[in-house]
Amino acid sequence: MLKRRIIPCLDIKDGRTVKGVNFVNLIDAGDPVELAKEYVKQGADELVFLDITATIENRKALAGLVERIAAEINIPFTVGGGVHTIDDVAALIKAGADKVTVNSAAVKRPELISEIAGQFGSQCVVVAIDTKFVDDDWIVFVNGGRTPADLNTVDWACRAEELGAGEILLTSMNNDGTKSGFSIDITAEVSRNINIPVIASGGAGKMEHFREVFFRTSCSAALAASIFHFGEIDIRDLKQYLKKENIAVR
Amino acid sequence: MIAIVKYNAGNIKSVQNALTRLGYESIITDNPAELLNADKVIFPGVGEASSAMKYLKERGLDKTITSLKQPVLGICLGLQLMCRRTEEGDTQCLGIFDSDVRLFPPIDKIPHMGWNDFLTMRGDLFKGVSIEDDLYYIHSYYAEISSCTVATCDYIMPFSAAMKKDNFYATQFHPEKSARVGEIILQNFLKL
Repeated sequence: MLKRRIIPCLDIKDGRTVKGVNFVNLIDAGDPVELAKEYVKQGADELVFLDITATIENRKALAGLVERIAAEINIPFTVGGGVHTIDDVAALIKAGADKVTVNSAAVKRPELISEIAGQFGSQCVVVAIDTKFVDDDWIVFVNGGRTPADLNTVDWACRAEELGAGEILLTSMNNDGTKSGFSIDITAEVSRNINIPVIASGGAGKMEHFREVFFRTSCSAALAASIFHFGEIDIRDLKQYLKKENIAVR
Repeated sequence: MIAIVKYNAGNIKSVQNALTRLGYESIITDNPAELLNADKVIFPGVGEASSAMKYLKERGLDKTITSLKQPVLGICLGLQLMCRRTEEGDTQCLGIFDSDVRLFPPIDKIPHMGWNDFLTMRGDLFKGVSIEDDLYYIHSYYAEISSCTVATCDYIMPFSAAMKKDNFYATQFHPEKSARVGEIILQNFLKL
């Protein structure tokens, strides 16, 4: 049986992990590779690295980091943040990323999705959608969630699928950082309307939230950052709990 | 020396990385002589079948691969290209395994992406591996079950998770991306 995936997300700035991390057994918790290894040990199913600086100088540093991750990590990983052109994608794939996320650039120019899919295959294109509930509608936001785009979330997810996206990373801005649980309604609606995997993101605060999103939606994976970084939830414990709740995990 | 077949498919480097982590040296090459002389050959890849076959044929690598006598391991697209034909781009393949490759019907999410266990499995590649162990898959096409199938997985329907004929082995999953279990399977192949 195909398992639901648990995906820790690491924010990267100047080649270092950003959020304060308190794993006692790590020599250098700011080193993304050390942190990634710890997550692999805990049983993470995939990793996502988001570059939050994304300037031109930093992109070269990022490619170097991706090479190190690819050399040392034995599970699939996705890299994103500031990916604008097919050249950005090519550099990350060449460095060893399994998948790349595109966000604002794809909203601005949707053909970017089909160009990446055509050159590298659908399996490596993850379209990241930041969504917020405004005036009775789930609207897509771009530029790190600062700017509303004139797009309905479900419509955009369907369009992304048509253009060749292999997966959708759906972040509810209403829930992100609240630790009050994933947004069930938009995650369920997007998952129901497309036939590619959906990663739920934003709002994880306790183990019950993972159970809820897997139980009430057909999402394929759930992503979280701070609760893993701060050691509030160990992935081993989370998976034990989900197994007991009859949710198929590795 | 282990040779990894170089062609226009992605993720070839990640196979080399996995071999390096296990302490094996390898070369990535499309030189027929280097492939013929290698102790082991790995034929990896994610990508599109018709353009991959075109690339192999243009360089005569189709004939090189089918004539190899040492252990060969196909991975993902590699497995599919070792079958008779695939619906992807309606492509004639290498014909090593007596299976055809088809697109999953849209009954569930496609691609089949993530970790899945086995329905059945047997043979050299799976020493030390349990039927409940999960491996990482990412594919939209699957090889039908045939006399060459040595392991099966269930997604939408049972399909070939691994195949073998003579010196030719192949896995639909990615051992190089499947954590510790994947490493055991790679090591089993490398020790053949």
